[in-house]
Amino acid sequence: MTIVPSIKRDYLTKLAKNGKRADGRAFDAFRNIEIETGIVSKAEGSARVKIGNTQVLTGIKMDIGEPYPDTPETGVMTTAAELIPLASPDFEAGPPREDAIELARVVDRGIRESELIEVDKLCIEPEEKVWMVFIDIHILDYDGNLFDAASLASLAALMTTKVPAKRHDLGEDYPLPIKEPPISCTSVKFDDVVVMDPSLDEEEIAEVRLTVATDKNEDIRAMQKGLNGSFTRDEIKKVIKASIDNGKKIREQLYKSIGK
Amino acid sequence: MKSEIKLFENGKRLDGRAPDELRKITIKAGVLHRAEGSCYLEWGGNKVMVAVYGPREAIPRHTQNPLRAIVTARYNMAAFSVDDRKRPGPDRRSREISKVISEALENVILVEKFPRATIDVNIEVLDAEAGTRCAGLTAAAVALVDAGIPMKDIPVACAAGKIDNQIVLDLGKDEDNYGSADLPIAISPRTGEILLLQMDGHLTQEEFDKAFDLVLKGCNAISEIQKKAILEKYQSEQGGN
Repeated sequence: MTIVPSIKRDYLTKLAKNGKRADGRAFDAFRNIEIETGIVSKAEGSARVKIGNTQVLTGIKMDIGEPYPDTPETGVMTTAAELIPLASPDFEAGPPREDAIELARVVDRGIRESELIEVDKLCIEPEEKVWMVFIDIHILDYDGNLFDAASLASLAALMTTKVPAKRHDLGEDYPLPIKEPPISCTSVKFDDVVVMDPSLDEEEIAEVRLTVATDKNEDIRAMQKGLNGSFTRDEIKKVIKASIDNGKKIREQLYKSIGK
Repeated sequence: MKSEIKLFENGKRLDGRAPDELRKITIKAGVLHRAEGSCYLEWGGNKVMVAVYGPREAIPRHTQNPLRAIVTARYNMAAFSVDDRKRPGPDRRSREISKVISEALENVILVEKFPRATIDVNIEVLDAEAGTRCAGLTAAAVALVDAGIPMKDIPVACAAGKIDNQIVLDLGKDEDNYGSADLPIAISPRTGEILLLQMDGHLTQEEFDKAFDLVLKGCNAISEIQKKAILEKYQSEQGGN
């Protein structure tokens, strides 16, 4: 560890011992969240999400393509994330590295496994033509917790996506068929303290990370542990509880922001 | 992907297992000549080979950490290991799995002992039938012991899942394809710390608890098989000399 993070670690762990965080939040509190949709006019759907200073833009493009042979009547979705050099001095241009891949796959799983997009309604001609949904996540400003920002931006973008039927002479445009969204909440642990929605400084000294996506019935829809530290079972239970509580608030805000 | 296939009948699963029953697991340590440590594992229809190289100098040099070793697990599926040929080389899935396995192993290896070094863990999936990441990690742990890498514990992994609304241990192929949740977990059996945890699908909080209990039970059983494999190799070496 270089010198700056060790000083930061001392500072943050001292604060934590007194039950405090650098920005004054409670351990289980999120930073302020802003959700804005309809940012990109060329995209079928788009959203910009800010969690504190972290800023993520997701754009949805749709096109017509061939279905996979084993699912001839379902639409296709792909998720990609780019950690572009714009967002941080530590991000480099070029093909996605493992961090970006993990990010994209965790967001993808949250959407795919919860069956958020009703892909069986995206068939145009079985075995020939289906709608393809491309979810592209751009990180604009990196101040920690990309997982939650990226997944929230993707949800908001998908929930406001219009299927471009007119462009392909398939009648009027219509909203992308969508079900209830699961909300993802990320916690990290350092020095035996577990905090929700880590800032960049907290992320830099984090030993272990856990992302939990929960739905409105308080069920668990996806989880991902990261980094080389470990959690106890008790800590995991607490993280799940905190994720459900925060998820509830974020879900309300998400619905409000898209006018539902 | 969900279908109407019946995964449960008369309290038994498709392959005749009880809900809390593991597939058959066999582990053999020290199967490769060139590698510092190696392991061959069969877990149901999974066949996994692991080779450990190092600690050796990390190259390129910018990957070195002056204070400790880095652990580089590389999970790779052979092109012939699945029904439809897999394009050789790393894809997004295998790179993610490599990352989470590396992180889990790094937790138990005494990395501070080997500054600037890398410990390479090559995991080759030769035959795949659901649960390859758990099989890979479990085999990697044995190969690391075989390589004489100092570790706090021998990690072990196993998955639980949900099929036909029942929580079961160690999903088989159809159960993985048609089940409604999958929860792979790796633990350090001595302390119960959680080293790897992923989940997709749909679980209530009670179901999660139940799945977790099953995983712990499974992990403890597999941990014994790991230890036996290691003992077997070193006992036979003693006898041979």
